[in-house]
Amino acid sequence: MSPDLNPLWIYLQSTPLLGLAVTLLAYQAAMAISARLGGHTLANPMLIAIGLIVCLLLATGTPYQVYFQGAQYVQFLLGPATVALAVPMYANLRQIRRSARALVPALLAGSVTAAGSAMGIAKLMGASKLVVLSLAPKSVTTPIAMGIAEQIGGEPSLTAVFVLITGISAIVLLGPVMRVLRINSWPAQGLAAGTAGHGLATARVLLLSETAGAFGGLAIGMNGLITALIVPLLARLFAGF
Amino acid sequence: MLPSLTLLIVCQFAGELITRTAGLPLPGPVVGLVLLLALLIARGGPDEGMKTTASGLLRHLLLLFVPAGAGIVTQLHVLGQNLLPAIVAILVSTALGLGVTGWVMQRLSRRRAEGGLDA
Repeated sequence: MSPDLNPLWIYLQSTPLLGLAVTLLAYQAAMAISARLGGHTLANPMLIAIGLIVCLLLATGTPYQVYFQGAQYVQFLLGPATVALAVPMYANLRQIRRSARALVPALLAGSVTAAGSAMGIAKLMGASKLVVLSLAPKSVTTPIAMGIAEQIGGEPSLTAVFVLITGISAIVLLGPVMRVLRINSWPAQGLAAGTAGHGLATARVLLLSETAGAFGGLAIGMNGLITALIVPLLARLFAGF
Repeated sequence: MLPSLTLLIVCQFAGELITRTAGLPLPGPVVGLVLLLALLIARGGPDEGMKTTASGLLRHLLLLFVPAGAGIVTQLHVLGQNLLPAIVAILVSTALGLGVTGWVMQRLSRRRAEGGLDA
């Protein structure tokens, strides 16, 4: 293929419609593939759609910037969607007030542990500064996590992938960790799932118990806020990043 | 739909203005989230329009991460060089995060339920 000589290709590269159409089509194909695979955790539509687009860009030699010209219109909605998370958080407010005395210390301890240990381990194992910073918000729900990554000088696309791997890890590790530490109350299990494994692990505990799901839901939002506040401090702590 | 979408954009915009003028190390939309939450508390809850708009936006939340996530194509070498530390860091920190959160929550709730006695 000699794309440079093709006037149609030149037009396509200059219009945002290409990236926009590719994003929407890839996502709908990914949803169909995910449904065909029985909605398995590993068959995450976001991950499949990203995989499809990455393959397409590599196969056609299209620079990411050309794709992003159109895709940015989808990305723009992420801001208002993050603000809209206040609505489900409001629905959980009564629950937050009722158990605030246990909840706030647990969330704080969990947020600091998850973010701090991830940064510390990655740094000790010789990961690059960009990777350490991109790992910091990996337990946070994706819209907030990507915002935090950008804020502290990480790479939002790396963070998006790390967040997903974290959620899958939390689903696998939840049962064994709860058994070893004899944590058997639904609020505690739900809060742990939402704090360490955001929406993915929360969806998993929701299948086991409504109470666990509710605590997971409020942990997602609260952990996002707490991590946004503490990660810039942690980033400074780790060798003056 | 339109008033609630406007409110979301205004909250985000106010959030960006606040973080920039105050020099806060927070993403603007997160401050916007807090502003909207405060507004919902003051108003006694979201109206029907806000409920519809929020659930509409959040229903396809995963789609909104795809453009930035596809940016991984520019970071494949970084990911390849750091794969092992990243995976180990994620696995260990996730196990620690789960354990610490659950343990503190269970211990403090039980203590309160039993009237200050240690569990």
